[in-house]
Amino acid sequence: MQLVFVQFMTGLASAASLFLVASGLSIIFGVTRIVNFAHGAFYMLGAYVAYTLTDRFTGAFGFWFALLAAAAIVAIVGCLLEMTLLRRIYQAPELFQLLATFGVTLMVQDLVLLIWGPEDLVGPRAPGLAGAVEIFGKRIPSYDLFLIALGPLVLAGLWLLFHRTRWGVLVRAATLDRSMVAALGINQKWLFTGVFGLGVFLAALGGALQIPRDAVNHGMDLRIIVEAFVVVVIGGLGSTTGAFVAAILVSQLNAFGILVLPKISLVLVFLVMAVVLVVRPWGLFGTRPPPAQASIGMAVRPWRPLAPGEIAVAAAVVAAVALMPLWLGHYALTVASEILIFVLFAASLHLLMSVGGLASFGHAAYFGLGAYGAAFVVKAAGLPMLAAIAAGPLLAALGAAVVGWFAVSLSGVYFAMLTLAFSQIVWSIAFQWVDVTGGDNGILGLWPDAFAASPAAFFWLTLAVVTPALVWLHMVIFSPFGYALRAVRDSELRAEAIGIDRRRVQWIAFVIAGTAAGLGGALFAFLKGSIFPDVMAIPTSVDGLVMVLLGGVETVLGPIVGAVVFKALAMWLISQTDYSKLVLGAVVVALVVAFPKGIVGTLADWRDRLTARRGAGPSDAEASADATAAEPPAGTMAPAPSPATVAGRTRP
Amino acid sequence: MTRLLDVENLAKSYAGLAAVRHVSFGLDRGEILAMIGPNGAGKSTCFNMLNGQIRPDAGRIRIDGVDTTSLPPRAVWRKGVGRTFQITATFGSMTVRENVQVALMSHGGALGRWFGRADTRGRDEADRLLALVGMAADADRAAAELAYGDLKRLELAVALANRPKLLLMDEPTAGMAPRERVGLMRLTAEIARAEGIGVLFTEHDMDVVFEHADRMMVLSRGLLIAEGPPETVRRDPEVRAIYLGEGLVYDARHQEARADASTSGPQPEARA
Repeated sequence: MQLVFVQFMTGLASAASLFLVASGLSIIFGVTRIVNFAHGAFYMLGAYVAYTLTDRFTGAFGFWFALLAAAAIVAIVGCLLEMTLLRRIYQAPELFQLLATFGVTLMVQDLVLLIWGPEDLVGPRAPGLAGAVEIFGKRIPSYDLFLIALGPLVLAGLWLLFHRTRWGVLVRAATLDRSMVAALGINQKWLFTGVFGLGVFLAALGGALQIPRDAVNHGMDLRIIVEAFVVVVIGGLGSTTGAFVAAILVSQLNAFGILVLPKISLVLVFLVMAVVLVVRPWGLFGTRPPPAQASIGMAVRPWRPLAPGEIAVAAAVVAAVALMPLWLGHYALTVASEILIFVLFAASLHLLMSVGGLASFGHAAYFGLGAYGAAFVVKAAGLPMLAAIAAGPLLAALGAAVVGWFAVSLSGVYFAMLTLAFSQIVWSIAFQWVDVTGGDNGILGLWPDAFAASPAAFFWLTLAVVTPALVWLHMVIFSPFGYALRAVRDSELRAEAIGIDRRRVQWIAFVIAGTAAGLGGALFAFLKGSIFPDVMAIPTSVDGLVMVLLGGVETVLGPIVGAVVFKALAMWLISQTDYSKLVLGAVVVALVVAFPKGIVGTLADWRDRLTARRGAGPSDAEASADATAAEPPAGTMAPAPSPATVAGRTRP
Repeated sequence: MTRLLDVENLAKSYAGLAAVRHVSFGLDRGEILAMIGPNGAGKSTCFNMLNGQIRPDAGRIRIDGVDTTSLPPRAVWRKGVGRTFQITATFGSMTVRENVQVALMSHGGALGRWFGRADTRGRDEADRLLALVGMAADADRAAAELAYGDLKRLELAVALANRPKLLLMDEPTAGMAPRERVGLMRLTAEIARAEGIGVLFTEHDMDVVFEHADRMMVLSRGLLIAEGPPETVRRDPEVRAIYLGEGLVYDARHQEARADASTSGPQPEARA
């Protein structure tokens, strides 16, 4: 009983920081509609800055001043980021914003490494709260009690801010209807900046408050951002009260999960989130979101399949690639095989994301399931490699069929979050079901059969598997089914009115995409000779998203180009610099701001401008293999961005 | 012989507010029926129940004798109901022709296929439908770049793709220029009469209603308050009361004045 009480109090204390971070995330989303991935980075920055400041300013006053000053400094950094970066991309599809802020997260990770070094840093105890108080015969740290009290205080403060100040009322109004607030003569720009600053302040304060409890470290950002997402999704995007309730729920699940169900402690939180999303898609305190600003993947210039001449070019490219073992060394060939595998992974995500308009944030799960599936077949059934490569995707297909069935009832950010939750569940299972998956130690010794043992042979095998799979995906895009999928993406209303079953079509697409990703995963397992849970962790999913966007989300051939460039760049950077994340993050940010159409989309635009200048007719302008993008559809389409409908309230 | 559309006691309320209160009406093949009423009269709710977007609380909808009450939109469509929307809904990333082709493929049950090129399927039929609505020249343009009036015509072509028995058109001419309005409705009327399609449409423009509707019905606060030929309905005192200060009275007078003038002058239709 005493143990339960201690766990309960620990859970409550953890909830305070989580609530601060999550409420900031929620407020920012409510007003600006930006899902701020960099929120975890601000949390981490808050902790690091607070560490430095508490070092400088000692004593009771100095300590508390340092915490607040740290949060304020980081908030100013956040405001600068909002003014320089986010203001440029408010009109872009949600996914671009998520990606830009993800790029910022990557950069911050390396910046922190540069400034504060790789070691964990232990901050000072809070002056006056260093001791413990005895309750029910157990000693509870006084600092924990302080945090427990702080949560409701902040909630009350936010409530007062939003209900009793002019600024707060404006923020709530903007949450409900941005364009109306703008029409009333309010300068939205500064309102948005202010809200972003407030959100970042809360996140940084959450981080700063952690230093007396935990060592400051580099993993803080991703850990908190995933939990904060979970909290916000369970509570309802845009709801502060929801964030408060969900933060307590999640913290208690964490505290007791370890105690009661240690075997599935990692899964528990995501399981709850998945259940909430399935039962109450907009969260416990959320309301139905407005229609997405712009469905991703919408191309104004219609797609068309490759013309015979272009097919010949594609065949020549494949032939040239097939000749690569003649001049590439072993290491380079292994890299090339990996790139090919990720081309397939990106292309499978593209089917879902560009063609289907469903941006999955957990696509790595099916890549991983394919890999584990192949490994099981080898280890348990003792079957040869080719059988395993064929069987692996079946596990991925099964997983995608189950997850997809739930996921396709949602869309936009909620779809992204549910797929993320499911991928975390799959990851947790791989991580914690040690008897079957080997847990953290993975499954080793998955070597290719003798005929494919050499890097060259495995490269050819990979090419021989990946090429038909890509051709197949391409055919699906231009098959009647592909049209149905795009129809559903473009206008669900119209699609249903001409007899198309949206859920069915999207579910099938989800399974196809998952299966193709699983095929890539099965190859990957044999390429590496081993398989670890991390292959299906969030970074792999995000890599896939970056590849598709880098290539051009509104293009057909984008994912292939994007995967090649991204993978090659990432691997090259790792070999060249210790700060590859900084460069990669900067590339991602630059990409979103300067080339939102990606490589292929931008090239197509250039060529079109060129042909237009030559005075070519429209038939020539259309002759783009990758038939792509024009302007971002927001504003040009009939369903104009309408933030009018109630989205999620900022009502505590 | 059963009527094409038979609606009995249709009702729907939102959180206690009755949007549609036990409305009954019918429609015959080749007949053009206009549904009018002030904003909030329940027209859209009624329409959305007919094509399955909203489940009615009570009542029965029969299309060609088949009960379609509470069927989802895609199932209603399979019973032969084409629909256009007040705010046009088309597939922006596709060409005009592809928009029609998708509807044709859906009608032919081909959309489940993963193999084979889709862009060659139903091409001729799509072009025929586009020619019918006067969009043949725009077949290769992206739907996203069409002007509003053209989108309305594309929607009509899409709605005709499954050879519907019944066409539901929600404010088909809203947002169009006067000349385009008359053109579109005249076209719809011609097609409907030639192919025996029943048309139900909502409309705010009384000129359009009086010119093209065989019959009209007036909704007010969810109740059907008048029904009959336009001439009779417009003399209905209750209808006049509801529309006092609104378009109908003005337009009706306007129409009468024109009708009087037309005994000597040009026919009202000649304006177009």
